[in-house]
Amino acid sequence: MSTAAGAEAADMRDMFRSMYLIRRFEEKASEEYMAGRIGGFLHLAIGEEAAVVGTVSAMRADDPLTSTYREHGQALARGADPRAVMAELLGRSTGLCGGRGGSMHLMDKERSFYGGYGIVGGSVPLGLGLAYAARYRKTDQVSVTMFGDGATNQGVVAECFNMAGLWDLPVVFLILNNQYGMGTSLGHAAAEEDLYTRCNAYGIPAWKVDGMDVLAVRGAVAEATRIAREEGNPTCVELLAYRYRGHSMSDPDTVRDAEEKERWRLRDPIITFERVLLGEAVMTADDIAAMKAEVEAVVEDAAAFAESSPEVPVAELADDVYANPFNDDARGGALMP
Amino acid sequence: MSTDAAKPVAYRDALNQALREELARDPDVFLLGEDIAGFDGAFKVTRGLLAEFGPERVVDTPITEAGFTGMAIGAAMAGLRPVVEIMTVNFVILAMDQIVNNAAKIHYMFGGQASVPIVIRMPGGGGHQLSSQHSQTLDAWFAHVPGLKVVCPSTPEDAKGLLKTAIRDDDPVIFIENEGLYGKKGPVGGPDDLIPFGQAVVRRPGTHCTVIAHSRMVWVALQAAEELASQGIEVEVIDPRTFRPLDLDTLAGSVRRTGHAVIVDEGWPEYGISAGLATHLYEACFDWLDAPIGRVNCADVPMPYAKNLEQAALPQPADVVAAVLANIGRGVA
Ligand SMILES: Cc1ncc(C[n+]2csc(CCOP(=O)(O)OP(=O)(O)O)c2C)c(N)n1
Ligand SMILES: [Mg+2]
Repeated sequence: MSTAAGAEAADMRDMFRSMYLIRRFEEKASEEYMAGRIGGFLHLAIGEEAAVVGTVSAMRADDPLTSTYREHGQALARGADPRAVMAELLGRSTGLCGGRGGSMHLMDKERSFYGGYGIVGGSVPLGLGLAYAARYRKTDQVSVTMFGDGATNQGVVAECFNMAGLWDLPVVFLILNNQYGMGTSLGHAAAEEDLYTRCNAYGIPAWKVDGMDVLAVRGAVAEATRIAREEGNPTCVELLAYRYRGHSMSDPDTVRDAEEKERWRLRDPIITFERVLLGEAVMTADDIAAMKAEVEAVVEDAAAFAESSPEVPVAELADDVYANPFNDDARGGALMP
Repeated sequence: MSTDAAKPVAYRDALNQALREELARDPDVFLLGEDIAGFDGAFKVTRGLLAEFGPERVVDTPITEAGFTGMAIGAAMAGLRPVVEIMTVNFVILAMDQIVNNAAKIHYMFGGQASVPIVIRMPGGGGHQLSSQHSQTLDAWFAHVPGLKVVCPSTPEDAKGLLKTAIRDDDPVIFIENEGLYGKKGPVGGPDDLIPFGQAVVRRPGTHCTVIAHSRMVWVALQAAEELASQGIEVEVIDPRTFRPLDLDTLAGSVRRTGHAVIVDEGWPEYGISAGLATHLYEACFDWLDAPIGRVNCADVPMPYAKNLEQAALPQPADVVAAVLANIGRGVA
């Protein structure tokens, strides 16, 4: 059976599972944070699951993906082991990045997930570089780089639009417009609120879709990656979405009004998609219940695994600073405090 | 002096007082930065200032550090006194071109015709499990650059008094706060109590060893001093407070008396603040030193996320105790 946006029934089931996994995983992560087992910043993407899963589902497995610090979903959708992701959030040695990166800096290079980055706008040129490498090596990979509405105001993003247009690089600029950058609303920060229109100046095809509708996202990103792969051109897709939680766990989220939040919750991407699956008879209510139970078990297992994983040995503090380490005697005793 | 001045005030509120008083005093002063108006600032330093002074003087910017820092430098050339908040020191890296190539150069390069009376304030430091891109201490980057003034307050009183001086200064001032100090309480001065640049302060007098520390490390050094005192060792803890200008006389005077020096610096050990201070002290005190100068720094690695690794990477009181004991030849480091 083939349905909207060319998604087969099996794809749709996978997409639903992925969205539900991300939701439950992040809810669990927020519990771990409240329990004090996760430190630092924890940025949740609850509400943005359709944007994340729709995008990833339209990518080829070897297409490089780059993201921001709000990237648990990207890692999971790309197939990273939930155990290793949760262990990274807890800073354990079994974590995806050995406990060095934490929530903001997940990477699973084997699955072409090239990482979450903490400097707003800073990952966009990396996405461009991955596209450059793909064209250089003629691999026909397409680089997808996801960033926020706030990030679009950084100068480096404009620089990347220009280079992508100038050199026709196979990149998809994916603006995940959740309408806020921390406590600042889109209209308070951007002269033109249709962010995708910035690409008009660089001759880059760009458009906006409903980021709460996973099939619409998938369709748009499928077209964007097709243009990059077949025609070798950059594109920009703006996904209009909403995050339900504050900017991070430490944000009390007092700036956004309750009515607005409620309005977006009514458009919950998971509930909406569940209705589509039932309506198109892709899954029965029993199928969905069974899938949810299975995901629940995966999330519980990930948390249990992470909690029981060992800490990173302090002796490994200075490992991995360099790919080709050197032994610099000049540093003497200064290396460790 | 008002009775208020005796009440302990948090470091963030001391900064807020300085901003409020200077905004009220001088109409050329205005604030700009990300989330500083409607959101009160990421660390709530600018709380209430939008309501009091309005959106023309307390300006929310887009996330465009290079652009708005450069814009503020331009406004300063026209005689305004912008106070820029960079959310944390990690993001000032995007604005380094404007700060180093423009702010630091304009007065000199144009033969003194135009000054740049700007303050760029931001918190640095680690210790909150924010991993490699959000935990940096970059004081040395600025202290390296002629044309900038560099201020690192460790107490609420200094935060307030030095910020007021910074705002009234005619040169670009880099004002580096610390994320771990915003809640720290202490007395503060009144509206006319300015603290001049270039005056180090003795935080604790002592005779056996001089310990030099700034910003949050002052408190780490003072904790170590307590521990050492219980072992009969009295260290003198000195806080330079500003690196450009640097009060070398006070630092060197102490080292000449004690014959021993340990520098505690949250920055990396290589080519940084501790390295620069050690050079000054070797040049000024070589003949008085009884041992090579000791240094306690952040480990020479990007900051890891895991709590145990991060704590191991950051200077701890025990590291300072060990460094002092080693320096004066008692115990092993
Ligand atoms: C260069 C830089 N400036 C400021 C920050 C602090 N900061 C972190 S996230 C954020 C908001 C970003 O908003 P947006 O790009 O819309 O992404 P979202 O958080 O909404 O996913 C800010 C200002 C940062 N990390 N990097
Ligand atoms: Mg946003």
